[in-house]
Amino acid sequence: MSKQEKEPLFSAKNMKLLTAPFGQNNPITVQILGICSALAVTAKLKPAFVMALSVIVVTGFSSMIISLIRKGIPNRIRIIVQLVVVAALVILVDQVLKAFVYDVSKQLSVFVGLIITNCIIMGRIEAFALGNKPWPAFLDGVGNGMGYGMILIILGFFRELLGSGTLWGYPVLEKIGLYNIGYVNNGLMILPPMALICVGLIIWFQRSRNKNLIEK
Amino acid sequence: MKRLRELIDKIKPNFEKGGKFEKLHSTFDAFETFLFVPNRVTRSGSHIRDCLDLKRVMIVVVVALLPALLFGMYNTGLQHFRAMGVADASVWTCFWFGFLKVLPIIIVSYVVGLGIEFISAQIRGHEVNEGFLVSGMLIPMVMPVDIPLWMVAVATAFAVIIGKEVFGGTGMNVFNPALLARAFVFFGYTPYISGEKVWVAGLSNGTGVVDGFSGATPLTDAASAVLTKADQVQWTHGAPIDWFLGTIPGCIGETSTLAILIGAVILLWTGIASWRIMLSVFAGGYLTGLLFNLIGANAYMDIPAYYHLIIGGFAFGAVFMATDPVTASQTNTGKFIYGFLIGFLAVMIRVLNPGYPEGMMLAILFMNAVAPLIDYYVVQANIRRRNRRLKLAK
Repeated sequence: MSKQEKEPLFSAKNMKLLTAPFGQNNPITVQILGICSALAVTAKLKPAFVMALSVIVVTGFSSMIISLIRKGIPNRIRIIVQLVVVAALVILVDQVLKAFVYDVSKQLSVFVGLIITNCIIMGRIEAFALGNKPWPAFLDGVGNGMGYGMILIILGFFRELLGSGTLWGYPVLEKIGLYNIGYVNNGLMILPPMALICVGLIIWFQRSRNKNLIEK
Repeated sequence: MKRLRELIDKIKPNFEKGGKFEKLHSTFDAFETFLFVPNRVTRSGSHIRDCLDLKRVMIVVVVALLPALLFGMYNTGLQHFRAMGVADASVWTCFWFGFLKVLPIIIVSYVVGLGIEFISAQIRGHEVNEGFLVSGMLIPMVMPVDIPLWMVAVATAFAVIIGKEVFGGTGMNVFNPALLARAFVFFGYTPYISGEKVWVAGLSNGTGVVDGFSGATPLTDAASAVLTKADQVQWTHGAPIDWFLGTIPGCIGETSTLAILIGAVILLWTGIASWRIMLSVFAGGYLTGLLFNLIGANAYMDIPAYYHLIIGGFAFGAVFMATDPVTASQTNTGKFIYGFLIGFLAVMIRVLNPGYPEGMMLAILFMNAVAPLIDYYVVQANIRRRNRRLKLAK
C-alpha cells in the first residue's frame, strides 16, 4: 500500500464526524436510536448528565478499540467480539460510578448495564468503526455519544424543571416564588410517556427548522 | 339576517387573494361559513351533496350536550349548598351559582382551544376546522368544578396541540381530544381531580362545610370499600335513583344519566352517533358487571351490574366520547367490538384497580389506539370471505 498523506488530527472531515451528530445526524432525533434509555433516566438532570457522560466514554473507546483490531476480527463472529469489548467498557464505567457517585448509580440502576444494548453503540461500530481508522472512529463515537447526551440533558432539564420544580436538586421554582401564586408541578412530566412526547417535540422543532430531514 | 349577509359580502374582498387582510382568510372563512351555509360545492370527483356539513353536525352534538350541561350547572349549585348546609336554596339559586362556576371553565376551554385552532389554520393556510366546537364543550364537562382555570388552559392546549394538530388537525386525531385533556390533568395534577374533596364547589378550601359532609362519589365509595376490605360498599350519596337522576357529586356534566340519555336520543334521532357503539358499550359494561358478580371476591365485585352503568362517567363516555366518529372504529362489525371492549375494560379497570377509580377515560383512550387495528382485521376478514366465495363460484 502506498503511503498516504498524513491528515491533520482535527481536519475538516474529522471535525464533521464530531459535530454532525449534534444536528443533521443526531442519534436520537434523526436516527431514532437509544430512545429507551432517553425515556428512563431523564426524570432528573443529574442522572441524565451522568448517563450522557457514561455513554460518551463507552461509544468513543469501543469504536476506537474495535477500529484498532478491525483487521483481525473474523467477519462471522464480529458481533460477539464487539459485545465483549463494549461489555468490558460498560463494566468499567459501572464500577467507576459505583465508587464515586453511588447515589446516581442507584438511580440509573440497570440502565448503566443496558448501555451494552444501546443501539447507538453497536450501530456506530457496525456502520463506521469497522471500516475506518482508530482516530476518526474515536471522534465518530464521541460525537454520537455527545449528540445523544445533548438530547438527554435537554430532556432532563425540562422534565426536572416542570415535573419537580428543581434543577440539579436546587428548588428553582420555590425560590422565585411561583408556588405562592398557585403554580403546581406537573406529575406527568416525571412519567416516561411524557418524555416520549418531549422527544417528539424536539424532533418536530428540529425538522421544522431543517426541512432536509423531512422524509418524502 | 339580510343585513348581516350584505355586511359580509361588503368586507369579503378584503380577505380574498390580494386583499388587505389576505393573511386572515382562514379566520374570515371560518366565521362566514359558521353563519351561512357556504355556496361552494366540490367540483371534482364523485360526492354526495348534503346540507348537513361538519359545522351543522358539530352544532347538533353541542345541542345534545346541553341537557347534561344545564343539569350539571344546577347540580353544582345543589351540591355546594348541601355541603354548606343551606337547606332552602331554590332551583334558580342553585343553577345561578353553578352557572357562574362553570361558565369561566367553558370560556377558558373555548378561548384557548379555538385560539390554537385559528393560529394553526392560519399558519398552514387551511380552513379553520370546527371539530373544537364539541371538544371545547366536552372538556369542561369532564372536569371537577373546583379545578384551577390555568390547569384547564394547559390541558386544553396540550390536547389540541399534541392530540390533534400534530396529527394534521380535525379528523386526523388518534385520540379523543377532550379525554386527552382530562388524562393530562389526571396524571399531571392528580390531587386536583381525584379523592373526595374536589367534586363539590368550595369543599376543598373547607370553610363553612357542614360537619360530616363527604364529597365522595359512588366510584370513590366503591374503590375505598376494596381498599379497606369492607364486606359491603358504604354509599355516601343516596340510592341508585339519585345516581340515575344525577344529584350526586362528580364531574360537571357526567352525573346525570337521565340528561345524558336525552342527549343520546338527540344524537341517535339525527343519526349522528352510532347506535352500535352506544349499545355495545352498555352491553360490555353490564356483562362484565355480571361476570364480576359471579366471581364476587370483594365488595366492589358484588354490586349489582347495572350500578356500573349509572355511576361515574360510564354513560357520558358511552354516549359522547366513545361515539366520536374520528377515533372510533369505522366498520360496522368493528364498532360492536370496539364498543364492547370499552365497556369491558372500563369496568375491569374500575373494579380491579382502585387506584384509577374512573376506568372509562382510560378504556376509551386505549380503545382509540386499537380501533384502526380492529378495522384492519374486519376488512381483511371480509376480503378473505369474498375470495372464498369467488373460488367456490369458479
